Amino acid sequence: MPATPNNVPEPSRTDPALIRNFCIIAHIDHGKSTLADRMLQLTGVVEQRQMRAQYLDRMDIERERGITIKSQAVRLPWAPTHDKGNTHILNMIDTPGHVDFTYEVSRSLAACEGTILLVDAAQGIEAQTLANLYLAMENDLTIIPVLNKIDLPAAQPEKFAEELANLVGCEPDDVLKVSAKTGLGVEALLDKVVAEIPAPVGVKDAPARAMIFDSVYDSYRGVVTYVRVIDGQLNKRERIRMMSTGATHELLEIGTNSPEMLAADGLGVGEVGYLITGVKDVRQSKVGDTVTSQAKGATEALGGYKDPKPMVFSGLYPLDGSDYPELREALDKLQLNDAALVYEPETSAALGFGFRVGFLGLLHLDVIRERLEREFGLDLIATAPNVVYRVVMEDGSEHVVTNPSEFPEGKINEVYEPVVRATILAPTEFIGSIMELCQTRRGTLLGMDYLSEDRVEIRYTLPLAEIVFDFFDQLKSKTRGYASLDYEPTGEQTSSLVKVDILLHGDKVDAFSAITHKDAAYAYGVRLVAKLRELIPRQAFEVPIQAAIGSRVIARETIRAIRKDVLAKCYGGDISRKRKLLEKQKEGKKRMKMVGSVEVPQEAFIAVLSSDDSAGSAKGKK
Amino acid sequence: MPSALPDGEPVPSDGALPASALAGAADRPLGFYLHVPYCATRCGYCDFNTYTATELRGTGGVLASRDNYADTLIDEVRLARKVLGDDPREVRTVFVGGGTPTLLAAGDLVRMLGAIREEFGLAPDAEVTTEANPESVDPAYLAELRAGGFNRISFGMQSARQHVLKVLDRTHTPGRPERCVAEARGAGFDHVNLDLIYGTPGESDEDWRASLDAAIGAGPDHVSAYALIVEEGTQLARRIRRGEVPMTDDDVHADRYLMAEEVLSAAGFAWYEVSNWATSEAGRCLHNELYWRGADWWGAGPGAHSHVGGVRWWNVKHPGAYAAALASGRTPGAGRELLSEEDRRVERVLLELRLREGVPLSLLKQDGLAASRRALTDGLLQEGPYAGGRAVLTLRGRLLADAVVRDLVD
Repeated sequence: MPATPNNVPEPSRTDPALIRNFCIIAHIDHGKSTLADRMLQLTGVVEQRQMRAQYLDRMDIERERGITIKSQAVRLPWAPTHDKGNTHILNMIDTPGHVDFTYEVSRSLAACEGTILLVDAAQGIEAQTLANLYLAMENDLTIIPVLNKIDLPAAQPEKFAEELANLVGCEPDDVLKVSAKTGLGVEALLDKVVAEIPAPVGVKDAPARAMIFDSVYDSYRGVVTYVRVIDGQLNKRERIRMMSTGATHELLEIGTNSPEMLAADGLGVGEVGYLITGVKDVRQSKVGDTVTSQAKGATEALGGYKDPKPMVFSGLYPLDGSDYPELREALDKLQLNDAALVYEPETSAALGFGFRVGFLGLLHLDVIRERLEREFGLDLIATAPNVVYRVVMEDGSEHVVTNPSEFPEGKINEVYEPVVRATILAPTEFIGSIMELCQTRRGTLLGMDYLSEDRVEIRYTLPLAEIVFDFFDQLKSKTRGYASLDYEPTGEQTSSLVKVDILLHGDKVDAFSAITHKDAAYAYGVRLVAKLRELIPRQAFEVPIQAAIGSRVIARETIRAIRKDVLAKCYGGDISRKRKLLEKQKEGKKRMKMVGSVEVPQEAFIAVLSSDDSAGSAKGKK
Repeated sequence: MPSALPDGEPVPSDGALPASALAGAADRPLGFYLHVPYCATRCGYCDFNTYTATELRGTGGVLASRDNYADTLIDEVRLARKVLGDDPREVRTVFVGGGTPTLLAAGDLVRMLGAIREEFGLAPDAEVTTEANPESVDPAYLAELRAGGFNRISFGMQSARQHVLKVLDRTHTPGRPERCVAEARGAGFDHVNLDLIYGTPGESDEDWRASLDAAIGAGPDHVSAYALIVEEGTQLARRIRRGEVPMTDDDVHADRYLMAEEVLSAAGFAWYEVSNWATSEAGRCLHNELYWRGADWWGAGPGAHSHVGGVRWWNVKHPGAYAAALASGRTPGAGRELLSEEDRRVERVLLELRLREGVPLSLLKQDGLAASRRALTDGLLQEGPYAGGRAVLTLRGRLLADAVVRDLVD
């Protein structure tokens, strides 16, 4: 039974030479949380009886969906097998595993000197892992390649060790083979962390500089800020300054996590821990910012700070209009913990009052929406996600469009849309269908590399809008689930984009307006118009449904007027039933949204908008 | 009688009504509905409370059989007498429905009617109807009914076409219902109805016209024409779901209804309720009008519904449970609801709008009144009666009656 070693160095008095800061890069389901669990046990910081699976994943959603959204850091004491007397401090920094949070990942990596590259021995490396590996290499991190789940019958350790060796530039024999589930090889891995990852180097006597790599809102304690000290020392009860804003705060508490929060006297060079200042909003304590002492503080911030920029927008509306204040309150609360979440009120003629909400990406959108529904009990309609367009008019004026219905009318010179560099990893047999998909989504092939004989990395430039629209679903179905996808924004391009409006009985339905490439406009119009014809019940009058670009109608369907709406029989026993049916129908009528004079069931909105939801939820399972 | 019972509060075990239900009763007509829950076979479209077994065992071993059914039902008539206490009203209408009432001996039907006469008295001009299956009556049977006091008879004709009857699982041969009308006339029945169903899967416009022509040719003074409702849980619903028979489109129903109106009115029938036509005022079914005009009626028999002065209640469905309740001196009532003023107003709107006389506008609230003006503009209500203070459906409005009601009750 492992126990915490003796002579554990205390925070603020730890020799940097004994510190190892590392993170774990892994694809979802490749066993990162299980490996973290084993490390907590082996180093004795969590007693056996308190152990539960995926100890570090706090949010229900994280645990259920097996994704880690917010990163954390745990201080682990470890006496290496060959040097039992010399207890080291391993700071394990948990990184978010998803493309939407690349910036957070990059800050977590910047807090480390090394990383464990954890890959499922039955599956091989996946696109996001590869992307994060490249990120780690750019940050000059020491990479320890590890194959997990070698106890599985389907494991192919030789094959994937070869693949990892090629990627990392080592020998296949250097790839560690572990089973996080059984614990096999985990001690050797911890020894290797001590042996191979460099100790942090910083200037002890310089003004304090600590980098924020995470910031979490806790309803009891306010914002908990996770930092890695680069130079100098932060001490308890001193005043600190956030270098990007100049705001100063009193340090109410400083400490480390093992894994629960434990107050300390301070944090010295190379150490990782948390700060509590009493601020209530994570936007006052931003990831990437530099913390210094107020008195004799540093003058130069650490590099790399960026403001998070929303890439994808969606309108969120309460199904029941009277829930609008609750939605606002819920968004306010979520924003306390999510500096990347932005929103402003908007009104839709069709959906009523709601918010246009900006997200880092589709998973971010999906997670926020799910939390709103689950934690705050709200029923929401979300409009199809869209990207941000920059429209330059002929008169030189410029519009930034985050809602398709606000796409400007009039003479347009250029429309710019964001593009991404997409990386797709898949078995070679799917190269053809992947390329075909990317071509139809206006992609430009950047290059292709074989990771091994039968696995390939394909790189494309794609408009973000194309990825936002069910791309991942399509990719998965065309590759029988084998492909993985990662993307990063690389700028913008001009494109022939048009706005397609949907008109019901001559009235525009703002929630259905979409910006599409002109070649895709017709298909979009036809698809939506046909779908609406199915979903909207017949009315007392004939209802034309049209798709139009400006005043040009590109698709049209008609809902015939209803001719019969009467129960044939209404005798003694039918009367109670009929009155109750009437009450139910009136309830149903209340749930109808009026678009001009047409009653549209909410289900129709949900069904039409959900063609994109499926892409959103699939993202989470990636 | 729909198969599912509504939710409601329990009925007191002696069946007692609140005092409010009996207040002002003297001003309202009183009718009796007698349910006979037996059929020789179950038709594929039917979800009524009916059974093909001749004997059904109830709680405590009480036997409910076709043979002792009339006696059981008479027990409920006696219970009704107790519950209504010293209510002085004579009974204006009696309607025996099913099921297939004519599966019972004519004498049974006559005895049941006799019990009502004995306990309550029948008004001199009382309307006494029974439903009848064309295959289960003959002139002797009809004569016995007529002699026993029945003066109106309603035959389930449904269609004149064999292939349509087959889809409906009706066992009679085409032509038989028409001959029944003549036999009933011969037996001295004043009023004869034929029930028709339109929109059966596989029925063509021509089939429907043939059915209307055949019905009219038989010489009834009343025709009911119902769009086929495919109820969940019926054999027909399953066959449609399996794709064995096609579902009839609502537009086809609308066309058939228009055809019915055209053919029937050309033959001298006038509509007086959405699904009912009669050759004269006297030919109208008085009993059904009790339902539509908020009068009182006592429904006796398993699953039967009753209404007295704003209280609606319904009996247990199973004949065994029904017989057991009565055998132990308890009400067979399974549940009831006490209607609020607003419930009664809503019911009046939804029932009376279906009638030729329509709804007095004074019954509508502000939003409903505004909706009625829109309905008038849209051609769903008739101009003349509207000016006279009544909302009366046009022909197109009759087809959209439920939609109009939804707006008018606001």
